[in-house]
Amino acid sequence: MSGKTLSNERAQERASELKNYIVGFILALVLTLIPFGLVAFTDISRMQLYGVIGLCALIQIIVHFRFFLHITLARNKREDLQLILFSVLILAIMCGGTLWIIFNLYTRMIPSLAL
Amino acid sequence: MSTQPSQHPGLNLGAPHAEAHSANEEFVFGFWVFMMSDLIIFGLLFATYVTMLGGQAGGPGPSDLFEMKSAFIETMLLLVSSFTFGMASLSLKYREDKKWLIIWLLITLVLGLAFIGHELLDFNKMFDKGGVPSRSGFLSAFFALVPLHGLHVTSACIWLLALLGQIAVYGLDTNVKVGLTRLAILWHFLDIVWIGIFSLVYLGGLA
Amino acid sequence: MNHLSDLLLGRLGWDALPFWEMLKDPTTSSIINGIIATGAAAVVILGALIVAGLLTWYGKWKVLWRDWLTSPDHKRIGIMFIVIALVMLLRAIIEAAIMRAQQAFGLGGGFLSPEHFGQLFTTHGTIMIFFMAMPFLTGVINYVMPLQIGTRDLSFPVMNTISLGLTAAGAALVMVSLVLAPFSTGGWSGYPPFTESAANPGAGVDYWIWAVTLSTLSSTMTGINFAVTIYKKRTQGMNLMRMPLFCWVSLCTAILMIFGMPPLTVATALLALDRYLDFHFFTVDLGGNMMNYINLFWAFGHPEVYILILPAFGIYSEVFANFSGKQLYGYTTLVIATMCIAVLSFTVWLHHFFTMGQSAHVNAIFGIATMLIGVPTGVKIYDWMLTMYRGRVRFSIPMVYALGFLILFSIGGLSGIILATPSVDYQVHNSLFLVAHFHNMLIPGLLFGMLAAYNYWFPKAFGFRLEERWGYRAAFSWIIGFMLAFFPLYALGLLGMPRRTVTFFSPAYLPWTLAAGVGALIILFAVFCLLMQLWQSIRMRHENAVPVGDPWDGRSLEWATPSPPPEYNFPVLPEVYSHDPFYEQKSGGKAYQHPEQYVDIEMPANTAMGFITAVTGFLMAFGLTWYMWWLVIGAGVATLIAVIARGYVRNTTRIITAAEVRRTHERWLNEVARTTPITRDHERTTANKGLAVPPEQGAVQ
Repeated sequence: MSGKTLSNERAQERASELKNYIVGFILALVLTLIPFGLVAFTDISRMQLYGVIGLCALIQIIVHFRFFLHITLARNKREDLQLILFSVLILAIMCGGTLWIIFNLYTRMIPSLAL
Repeated sequence: MSTQPSQHPGLNLGAPHAEAHSANEEFVFGFWVFMMSDLIIFGLLFATYVTMLGGQAGGPGPSDLFEMKSAFIETMLLLVSSFTFGMASLSLKYREDKKWLIIWLLITLVLGLAFIGHELLDFNKMFDKGGVPSRSGFLSAFFALVPLHGLHVTSACIWLLALLGQIAVYGLDTNVKVGLTRLAILWHFLDIVWIGIFSLVYLGGLA
Repeated sequence: MNHLSDLLLGRLGWDALPFWEMLKDPTTSSIINGIIATGAAAVVILGALIVAGLLTWYGKWKVLWRDWLTSPDHKRIGIMFIVIALVMLLRAIIEAAIMRAQQAFGLGGGFLSPEHFGQLFTTHGTIMIFFMAMPFLTGVINYVMPLQIGTRDLSFPVMNTISLGLTAAGAALVMVSLVLAPFSTGGWSGYPPFTESAANPGAGVDYWIWAVTLSTLSSTMTGINFAVTIYKKRTQGMNLMRMPLFCWVSLCTAILMIFGMPPLTVATALLALDRYLDFHFFTVDLGGNMMNYINLFWAFGHPEVYILILPAFGIYSEVFANFSGKQLYGYTTLVIATMCIAVLSFTVWLHHFFTMGQSAHVNAIFGIATMLIGVPTGVKIYDWMLTMYRGRVRFSIPMVYALGFLILFSIGGLSGIILATPSVDYQVHNSLFLVAHFHNMLIPGLLFGMLAAYNYWFPKAFGFRLEERWGYRAAFSWIIGFMLAFFPLYALGLLGMPRRTVTFFSPAYLPWTLAAGVGALIILFAVFCLLMQLWQSIRMRHENAVPVGDPWDGRSLEWATPSPPPEYNFPVLPEVYSHDPFYEQKSGGKAYQHPEQYVDIEMPANTAMGFITAVTGFLMAFGLTWYMWWLVIGAGVATLIAVIARGYVRNTTRIITAAEVRRTHERWLNEVARTTPITRDHERTTANKGLAVPPEQGAVQ
């Protein structure tokens, strides 16, 4: 990259942040390729596939937050971390509740749609 | 990680941007709060989608409609665009160098537009196979969730264009920096939502 | 209709006029209903014309534009929110009175058609929740909260104008539906499949969807704005545990708005997709599932209940502490209770549909969660009682409302515990017992709170106290009228009378519906008293003026400013060392100081963004309702252009010079020096100019 020359310290900082993005990208790539590859090229049981897909997705989401959005456990970023964790709690209550209620209704009222 | 920790996640402005930093404080935090509100919308649409998987009403289902290849291409487009936006953020942070910033932003924009184009083609193919939203509850749920994400990407692209225009007019002033920082959060966030979509909708449907 | 008018007007035709049916098919029923509907439409049109006429007569259009419609000042925006709320309150109360009259005469008939009655209860509920309660509490928080945390404005003043604009657009849409009818008949909750196009193809449900959507977007933005302001803009030393309780409830309300509004956005958006684009989310065929609507709606609906009630809790906390002359008892427990309520309110939504058909254990778990909310609420009731204990309680008007609340809300809460038991709920659900319960919560728990706030903070906003004789009449009429109007509904519910029913055939109901009708009349009288109070107050504004700004010997920072406060609130942002900072200043002789130096103050510049979004939002919603697609596209493009263009604006602030700040502040300090301080005994006399004697001179206890 061209541009003004950076001080030594700034250049190091930049390099470490660049590394951060590259590591994140590679991790995300791997975590994408695993589930796609398993679904496309193997025939392990569906439940195992679901498990792997879900796990990879979960890890990849954390990877994105950590490497692209810079959410870490560092003290000065707790405010945002708290916000995200609270949001996830509300999301879990609402989505979990929705699934629980609707599938419970299905088992009693539309058995054909129950899992 | 950087030796000088940035004050906010997604906020990649360094020491020379003190003014932009303080302006960012509220704007970026506010934007995070907005994103979290949006997250609830997506979350409920995901939950609705799952509850309507069974509501296919004899119409085409996931295995009839989804294609692994296009889902993979779209995933890659978004993932790479997330990375290129990260590169743009780095250019903004470490160099007062407009050239590379604009190049990275343009690459990101092209990837975003390619994603939308590919998604539209995909929908078109689904329509041809009889997968229209009015066919069944399942398809309704699909066409509320996935296009809403596409709509977000479209808005993000429009925003990016508007910011490129602002760079042309005002250069890299505080407003532009704050705008780019918030757009970066949106962009990475949309990629996270897409992880949910390709895992749950596409891979879950094809598994 | 020819092709062109179809294109221009969509499905809007002559039959949208409220007197069309009456002219086309004149029967007794259609004439009575037509006259009522036409009268309502005439009031809307005449009201608009009179306001426009008065503005022209007094030459105030420019003032309106410059000082109000484009003002980013949180205080003016707050006042405008409350004006919307009061106008809409007037309409919704008249509707309620008509409904009570219908049921009082409803044995075997009554005078309203079922269609008309359906519109009445739908608009009454929709307005009361979205266009009375929400703007009222938003307005009060908007006005008071930044003053209390010691800041100059909200974090996002432009977004605040947009919030106001969207609420105004939604309210206007509901008002227009009186002239170009009909509105929805689906109730404020709009359950499908009744609201699907198969059963309800007209414009009514679409009016409802878009009015509610506008309000929801407005509230989401408001919530973000409030939360970020409280998080980021507190003055120096104002840490979270020093905030007045009203700010705490504002924060929790904001959080509920941020996370509670999205489910409604989803529910109404999916319903709109069903209606406009033939999707099948909630239809009865092709794999639709109407039960999910009810689930989504109440995932919003229950947090909404606490959005409505928490601000009133905060107001009562201020009122009890202030008019007992004591520090608030149990501040920490009140904060914790507020947070518990906020989180628990996300876990109980199923109790709104115990009878939908899920298993008993699901019902039981949500029933228990519901009862749990009673615990923190009970803590609050005790804290308020203990705040009064051994205080020198002054029975001012806010205190009358607060005491009315304390007793009535407890009764309502007990009926809530009854309803939270699924097996009991099976007996009384969808009956008037439920109607009695939620009015019992919302009238004392929301409206009384707002009216207490109105009486309490009015002198702050306008510089004079409200007249008291009519104020007391209003307060007591509200309390008595409420009891007479709604306690009979408990009995009716237990007797088995269903809600939302236009007529009935059991004479056993009649005494109770008559009693409730009388209660409605008393409530109408209370509203009349409120209007008289305002009128008398404006007449007596010079006698009752409180320019110094502290008429009630207040404890928090909003009372440390002149009444009305300057645009920038504080010449120098205050520093806070304890809870009840203004009380500390007064007792330490530190109030009304000359700052060491004055500096230039940067304030947000006027912006038309709020006005533009109000107009485009309204036009989009109106176009969608009547299928005028050109209007939808035009207004949508205009919104997009406005938002993008706003990004190019750089001179978004204006400077108030140090000299001007000094002039204003010193004029006020001179006023303070000239004013004789009063003790609380003279608080309600004309001697009250808004300056209280220092606490150590015997003002406390």
